Amino acid sequence: MNEFMNQEMYMEHILDLYKNPLNFGILDNADFKERCFNPSCGDEVEIQVKLKDDKVDDIKFIGRGCAISVAAASLLTENIKGKLLNDINNLTREDMMELVGIEVGPARVKCITCSLVSLREGIRSYLEGKNVRS
Amino acid sequence: MVTITESNMEKLREDFPILSRRIHDKKLVYLDNSATTQKPKQVIDAITDYYTKYNSNVHRGLHKLSEEATVKFEEAHNKVAKFINSDSQELIFTKGTTESLNLLAYSLLTDLKKGDEILLTQMEHHSNLVPWQQLAKRFGLNLKFIEIDKDGILNLENNPINNKTKIVSVAHTSNFLGTINPVKEIGKIAHENNALFVVDGAQSVPHMPVDVKDLDCDFLAFSAHKMLGPTGIGALYGKKELLEKMHPFNYGGDMILEVKFDDTKFNNLPWKFEAGTPNIAGAIGFGAAVDYLNKIGMENIKNHGLELTKHAMRRLNEVKNLEIYGPLRADRRGPLVSFNLINIHPHDTTSLLDDYGIAVRGGHHCAMPTMKLMNLVGSTRASFYFYNTKEEIDYLTSTLDKVKGVFK
Repeated sequence: MNEFMNQEMYMEHILDLYKNPLNFGILDNADFKERCFNPSCGDEVEIQVKLKDDKVDDIKFIGRGCAISVAAASLLTENIKGKLLNDINNLTREDMMELVGIEVGPARVKCITCSLVSLREGIRSYLEGKNVRS
Repeated sequence: MVTITESNMEKLREDFPILSRRIHDKKLVYLDNSATTQKPKQVIDAITDYYTKYNSNVHRGLHKLSEEATVKFEEAHNKVAKFINSDSQELIFTKGTTESLNLLAYSLLTDLKKGDEILLTQMEHHSNLVPWQQLAKRFGLNLKFIEIDKDGILNLENNPINNKTKIVSVAHTSNFLGTINPVKEIGKIAHENNALFVVDGAQSVPHMPVDVKDLDCDFLAFSAHKMLGPTGIGALYGKKELLEKMHPFNYGGDMILEVKFDDTKFNNLPWKFEAGTPNIAGAIGFGAAVDYLNKIGMENIKNHGLELTKHAMRRLNEVKNLEIYGPLRADRRGPLVSFNLINIHPHDTTSLLDDYGIAVRGGHHCAMPTMKLMNLVGSTRASFYFYNTKEEIDYLTSTLDKVKGVFK
């Protein structure tokens, strides 16, 4: 058993992304946005998505969170640019761990998946709204 | 009475088996006592004794075991009642502070009329907010709040109490800010306005002498597990004349004297409010916890808590880029300090401290509206009990430097 198992999560690339997150900010003319709040520790992430032909054209996020959740949101938003909404829907928490490059225990699962949860929820309500209109 | 001194601290800590545990190969430093305290072997033994020697139901059996269990159960009632200087008829066992406050909300609000007001403060734990808020919505009542200033002190001069206010419910000690509120003074204001006065004692009863007659509160709610006892049991004190008029919260066995198909005569106090088979083991454990606290003495516990809080405030103030929330003066606080390292999320701080065997709480501490008011997402909270030492606080503050090192 590692003596500093929590500290191991704080790898250099995670700390860098925490200090200088990717795709952080406000997106003008977003097609949809969705906020996720992780009440157990106070992570707050809002994802904003601009679409083109059902693919992610641009994506940004704002919020306040721990290093793990901010790094995860950075890498997720970076990774899904150009992807189809349906493909994003299939992403799992395991994909998030692979993307971020760390394994997390039950105490941090919500941190690493916060941005994915809000993105999926946003896609769901966007598609539902679209169905109503069509 | 046992005093808490450096020389007998080691012996006192031996009563708490968990304190010798190692976490990530380091000594456990348990500073999460506002969440729940550790249990001395006297409490654990009392619970084991019940299950191994006289387990049976109370208040009905005519056999030896039931007789013994009933005596011990009622003895626990008396001990807890005496602990806050109430009569045993006025002390109801519940599942904990949350259930005590729900009992009050359900039982009191049905008699209020549309437009009546309930007065709370901006620093309440969710358990002293959500029950009132939800029932207020259902019955068309209004919630009002006493505001707090930037240091977490209530602004009593500008409180919105008026002739529509029927209930005033206030935390004695805030579980996030640590503020000890002047409940005696608030009680006077409530009574001058003919409102009932409720005190949430979850964070005060474990840490200082609390006397319901001296406070002159109408109700007091608290939990066993924050004062050495087991989880799943707590208490509600209420003035006898009020409890007698109130509707029961739960209906069923044990709370009745006589049942007909179309009507029921309720049992005497306090049993009228304790429907169903009670948490017998929990009650006996609660009684043993109170015995232990009495042995140490609540005045001693309060003084030791204040010493630790003073020391923690001093040490934490020395840590650069750290902000502390709540009253600046240690003597206006219960034994807890909430803080953040600038630019480091409390979840990260808390989980890095865990690597060093330090157990603290990180998050919103069930006070989301208060956090929002202060524009915070959360904080790290170190909270103490009489088995904690200044050395443990020094270890916390020196480890915070290591946490900052990770983020450099």
